[in-house]
Amino acid sequence: MNGHAPGGAMPMAGAETLPLAVSAFGLVKCFGDVRAVDGVDLDVQRGAIFAILGPNGAGKTTLIRMLATLTVPDAGRASVMGHNLIAAPHKVRAAIAMTGQFASLDEDLTGRENLLLLARLWGFRGSKAKARADDLLEAFDLSEAAHKQVNAYSGGMRRRLDIAASLIVTPGLLFLDEPTTGLDPVARQGVWRMIRDLAGAGVTILLTTQYLDEADQLADRIAVIDHGRKIAEGTSRELKAATGSGTLHVALTDAARLGTAARLLEARLGGKVQSSAEGARLSIRAATPEQANEALASLLAEGIELADFAMGSPSLDEVFFALTGASSATDEGTSG
Amino acid sequence: MKEPADDHAPPAGIPVRRFEPVARPPAPSAVSNALVFGWRAVLKFRHVPEQLFDLVMTPIMFTLLFTFVFGGALAGSPREYLQFFLPGILVQTVTFNAVYSGMNLSTDLGKGLFDRFRSLPIWPLAPFAGLMIGDVLRHLIAATIILVIGLILGYRPEAGILGVLAAFALLVTIGFGFGWVFIVLGLLIRTPTTVMTLGFSFLFPLVFASNIMVDPATMPDWLRAFVEANPVSLMTTAVRGLMGGGMSLGQIALALLAPVALTALLAPVTLRLYRRQ
Repeated sequence: MNGHAPGGAMPMAGAETLPLAVSAFGLVKCFGDVRAVDGVDLDVQRGAIFAILGPNGAGKTTLIRMLATLTVPDAGRASVMGHNLIAAPHKVRAAIAMTGQFASLDEDLTGRENLLLLARLWGFRGSKAKARADDLLEAFDLSEAAHKQVNAYSGGMRRRLDIAASLIVTPGLLFLDEPTTGLDPVARQGVWRMIRDLAGAGVTILLTTQYLDEADQLADRIAVIDHGRKIAEGTSRELKAATGSGTLHVALTDAARLGTAARLLEARLGGKVQSSAEGARLSIRAATPEQANEALASLLAEGIELADFAMGSPSLDEVFFALTGASSATDEGTSG
Repeated sequence: MKEPADDHAPPAGIPVRRFEPVARPPAPSAVSNALVFGWRAVLKFRHVPEQLFDLVMTPIMFTLLFTFVFGGALAGSPREYLQFFLPGILVQTVTFNAVYSGMNLSTDLGKGLFDRFRSLPIWPLAPFAGLMIGDVLRHLIAATIILVIGLILGYRPEAGILGVLAAFALLVTIGFGFGWVFIVLGLLIRTPTTVMTLGFSFLFPLVFASNIMVDPATMPDWLRAFVEANPVSLMTTAVRGLMGGGMSLGQIALALLAPVALTALLAPVTLRLYRRQ
């Protein structure tokens, strides 16, 4: 084994076309009768932040566990960082790092000991291992807690230590399974910033999330997964565009007229209104600004007063509900 | 409202980091990997010293109880009984100890710590080798504590220091062999307490239907046949022989039978179970 090979973050001089970070075809994993992952194809470009978005139980975790060599697929093939996942898992492991959904730390040891343990397993010796551990503690704002046992850490500190533990050697590809689940907003912002900085350093990031804003803000590209299948993929902008060219948002002054307004808008624009009771807001897809104008005029003609209205791209939430709503069996008899 | 936060103005308190790529050092050897996991086991002793308390309390109680309550009736005097009983309680100590490593493994696996280890490019069996190093230390510490208590109560190893050292080497081998059973249980079962319950229900008949506490001469024939073939009895006889003098190579060979067989059988099973997950 060539121990001097870099983790993969630094492209070798002269290499012009590096293989994709991930190239997977037809991945399947069953647990009993449940097809947790049901034929997923995935291409992830090097250097990208790629998000796998889906609800709980959609198969996100199983999918990345397969790509991180932790679960063997029942069918399909994949290459990760240019190595065959099935035939050469050891080579894949040398180029990746994985931060699982649950902190994979030794609770009884201190933060520094956890990092030292991993640094030594990677092959850093003596003072080099200590220097690596201290650098990472510093970079992740954990120097003060270095000598505390991990079971005394807060959720945010654990998450940071867990990510630090994945970066002993800079991986070519970092898997992050729901990196911000359970974190408070400040800790969440901190993790996002670290993810962006890592991507800036050339690390490809494949993360799963059930938060739409997380995918929207971080990811260059998003795959939407539901019931073990990929139901859409693209940039945030593409996904929004695919759902409809735009969305009309209106807010009524009188919440009592919400029903009437919804019926009028649906009749005009031929879609399904999404309403939120608080603030008496309605959203509906509108193909063109002209149609949106006509719809607004019809509301005014009926004497419905508007507190606010706006024409915008659909939010990723709307995209997500449109996509998963379409794939679940609840056919409302509407068409887009 | 839904627009991304301005990238140029990080919130206060979250400093901007620059990550310098760090390359992989030369790959360490399998032995080095295993030693790192052994170091982890040593750190655990330092951070969780209570675990030793669990390990030695039962054997200490057994030693005192059997020596003073039953000793006189079983062997004429507590002191004479201790001479018979102490090597046996050492065997019991290491076999019971082995259950705890299965419990620890089950706890580790439940926490996802092993996912990290499994996604590292290291010798796949290194975590288990580390576990074994921890076990060996645990066996030695527990056995030493019991021996010291025995010496205080009047136990005298007639074969001297060399006999005791040889007996300890055999005890570690026994613990190592039984360790595989509980590592396999630990890999199969995600509830540490279930591992413990199953482990003890496997060990209790083996330990009590043996010659650890009493000479099987007074037992009914069918039971005596079982006791004499019981690997725990074979081990106890050998440890007694090593510490008290009068051992034979045949006895030691018989005592090693079970640990060697268990290792040969269960080490590959362990690797398969570990890889399969």
